[in-house]
Amino acid sequence: MADLYSVENLHLSLPDLTKKPLLGSAPRIEILKDVSFALPKGEILGIVGGSGSGKSTLGRAMVRLLEPTGGKVLFGGQDITHLDEAALRPLRRRFQMIFQDPMSSLNPRHRVGQIIAAPLALHGFADVPARVTEALDHVGLPRHFAARYPHELSGGQRQRVGIARAIALRPEFILADEIVSGLDVSSQAQVLNLLEGLVKELGLTLAFISHDLSVIRRLCSRVLVLYRGAIVENAATADLFAAPKAAYTRELLDAIPLPDPDQLWA
Amino acid sequence: MASNSGTDGRSQIRRRVGLKLWLSAGWLGVLVLAALLAPWIAPQDPLAQDLFLGRLPPVWQQGAEPGFWLGTDSLGRDVLSRILYGARLALIVALVAGSLTCLIGASLGLMAGFLRGWVDVVISRAIDIWMAFPPVLFSILLIAVMGPGLVSIILAIVVIDWTRFARVVRAEAMAQGAMDYVASAQVAGRGRVSTMLTEILPNVLPTIVVLLTLEMGIAVIVEAILSFVNLSISTDDPTWGGMIAEGRTSIHQAWWVLIFPLVTLFLTVLSFSQLGEGLKDRFDPVLR
Amino acid sequence: MSFLKITGLSARLKGTAFPILRDVSLEVAAGEVHGLVGESGAGKSMIGKAVLGILPASVEITRGAIELDGMDLLSLPPAERRRRIGATAALIPQDPLTALNPSRRIGPQVTDRLVDILGWPRARAETRARELLAEVHIPDPERVMRSYPHELSGGMRQRILIASAFAAEPKLIVADEPTTALDVTVQKQILKLIAEMQARHGTALLFVTHDLGVVSKVCQSLSVLYGGKVMEATTVRDFFRQPAHGYSRALLAATPKYTDPAASLTPVPDAVIAAVQAEIAAHDRSLRHG
Repeated sequence: MADLYSVENLHLSLPDLTKKPLLGSAPRIEILKDVSFALPKGEILGIVGGSGSGKSTLGRAMVRLLEPTGGKVLFGGQDITHLDEAALRPLRRRFQMIFQDPMSSLNPRHRVGQIIAAPLALHGFADVPARVTEALDHVGLPRHFAARYPHELSGGQRQRVGIARAIALRPEFILADEIVSGLDVSSQAQVLNLLEGLVKELGLTLAFISHDLSVIRRLCSRVLVLYRGAIVENAATADLFAAPKAAYTRELLDAIPLPDPDQLWA
Repeated sequence: MASNSGTDGRSQIRRRVGLKLWLSAGWLGVLVLAALLAPWIAPQDPLAQDLFLGRLPPVWQQGAEPGFWLGTDSLGRDVLSRILYGARLALIVALVAGSLTCLIGASLGLMAGFLRGWVDVVISRAIDIWMAFPPVLFSILLIAVMGPGLVSIILAIVVIDWTRFARVVRAEAMAQGAMDYVASAQVAGRGRVSTMLTEILPNVLPTIVVLLTLEMGIAVIVEAILSFVNLSISTDDPTWGGMIAEGRTSIHQAWWVLIFPLVTLFLTVLSFSQLGEGLKDRFDPVLR
Repeated sequence: MSFLKITGLSARLKGTAFPILRDVSLEVAAGEVHGLVGESGAGKSMIGKAVLGILPASVEITRGAIELDGMDLLSLPPAERRRRIGATAALIPQDPLTALNPSRRIGPQVTDRLVDILGWPRARAETRARELLAEVHIPDPERVMRSYPHELSGGMRQRILIASAFAAEPKLIVADEPTTALDVTVQKQILKLIAEMQARHGTALLFVTHDLGVVSKVCQSLSVLYGGKVMEATTVRDFFRQPAHGYSRALLAATPKYTDPAASLTPVPDAVIAAVQAEIAAHDRSLRHG
């Protein structure tokens, strides 16, 4: 199968404004160090790591919310590493993103219908209202929710709106950045089941960023483990859980509190 | 159970907000009507002088004349009629100066806060430099150069106060710009300016409305101050500030000449600020 | 003999009929770790706040009793109640970032409790603070006491909060989601540290969390809450082996286990929610008429 994404020797550094001297420019901190991997079409890739591991930065570089400082990001064979916003615009329909905090990623002053419709209108889709309804149906929200504001919904419902907005454009790729970390277990289970179904139904490729290996195991076919901006392990999910190679991966696995009182921590 | 009782706590907060909102909107509504209808409802000609009718007390006091409800000043001009005509000037200044200040200041603030980069550098520097001028001195200087008059007052207010909007709106736009829905608009392929107008503006609008109503109150006060020091429009035209200045000289003989315009001014400025507070809560979809 | 005993505690949103807690009863023995679990809005952290007397101003207690070390807290005058609570109980807060004052050094923030509540001389309090920081495995306590919060990592800050919670030797500590903001690897260290400190000092612990995995590691008993009502109160072992309440079973089925990838995740079914809400409604009616 062809690779949808190909990331080669990716570097990304940002200026560290807390250490900026009075005169002159701030020193740069390296957030991603030489990250390379391929993401085949149709795969669900888990990206896991602690805070400061660079997992969110990697995701944002893939959908070009951030511009890498070195290396290459190829999407569908096309080099998008340094494309400017105007050149990216036609491509943006094809890679979408679902955000961690649905409260801050949904504009509080727009109704759900507007939120889902806005990207459709931007990309010149003809039958916008029909597509909004279809997207709501897909994520299992009642159609009359189109008239509601985000604050009138529960956390799980808001995250469904985020998913509906992303899939309405019929993208090839979706980046999901910690999308269940703020949810209760029940909503988390609902959102994960929904996402899994949608990936199959719509033939999506998915990158799923999470700090929670239990969730990754449930959903993903392959896992990247990031530690301080570098990939320490890239393995098929089953292999990773059966025989973790990197010391950091083992540490992560050991630290998961299994819901079982007989499994005591070492 | 849980679904319907969730609104209980909020509706109580809203009722109190509502009362303040209605009282201040009510007062301002009365004032607007008074200003519009002044030629028909004013009992006397506000400019007509009659020294025989000088310093008449309000009607409920001994020695009052019928038709002069709130008494007359030392030149025999009817206080109520002058307050009604004065409302015209006060409201024109509030509306025109307030809106212009808001338009200019908020636009610059929005651009600086959201577009950042060199736009922000230029606008922020301008704000810093502007705010280093002492405002009262600045306004008097401006009017001294341009000459007294309605246009001068309005220009003075705009020139001095746009920074008030620019600063606050810039900070608010910066905070909103860090939210994920802005990133999400970018993922959707929306351009920068379009994002600013559709995503950021609706979220800073409540702040702008509050600032606008406050600014209208400030404009009324500034106009009164400038009239008080005789830098407003011609002294014959009735202005609240001018009336207060005149009333000050005869406070011991005729308190009503000072007190009635003062109370009107006070209530008007208070109403503007309370209206701003009330509207802010109304605008918030979370509280609504 | 239970150290903390809550009987029939009910609370509502002030001035409304909206219930926050419904007839909550629970007991925690001296030295026991009791978990309060439930989804967001279940009222679990409100119980902890009620015990510590730090309920938000918008919440009022309508009935019930809280007995701490044999003292009926709610019958005491407010000043006396604050003094009693300050001397016997402490809090480990959720967010280590906002729980420390960013503009003060660590040292005084830890010693304040000792000086203000127990009236210790400052020199003695500082010695004790150094001991405590060493006890929570902070390398170089001397340097950390002179640091500002922003100079330390999240895990380090949480250690300091744990040290300062244990500083005045409280008999009861309320831990309100103490590891939610931390990475799993740091979470493990912190949970082990809390367990270690708790065992050494023999402190009773009221542990508020939404994470059943965490409960299984640190608690001996737990109460499962929904809509401000206790659904099930049992030992941790029984809860995971044979959960008695339908809601408990549903909650367990929705929790992912990485050891068992084949197991499908089942969201709490609507039928279970309906049954739970019917149970709560029936209970509310019986309170009103009984």
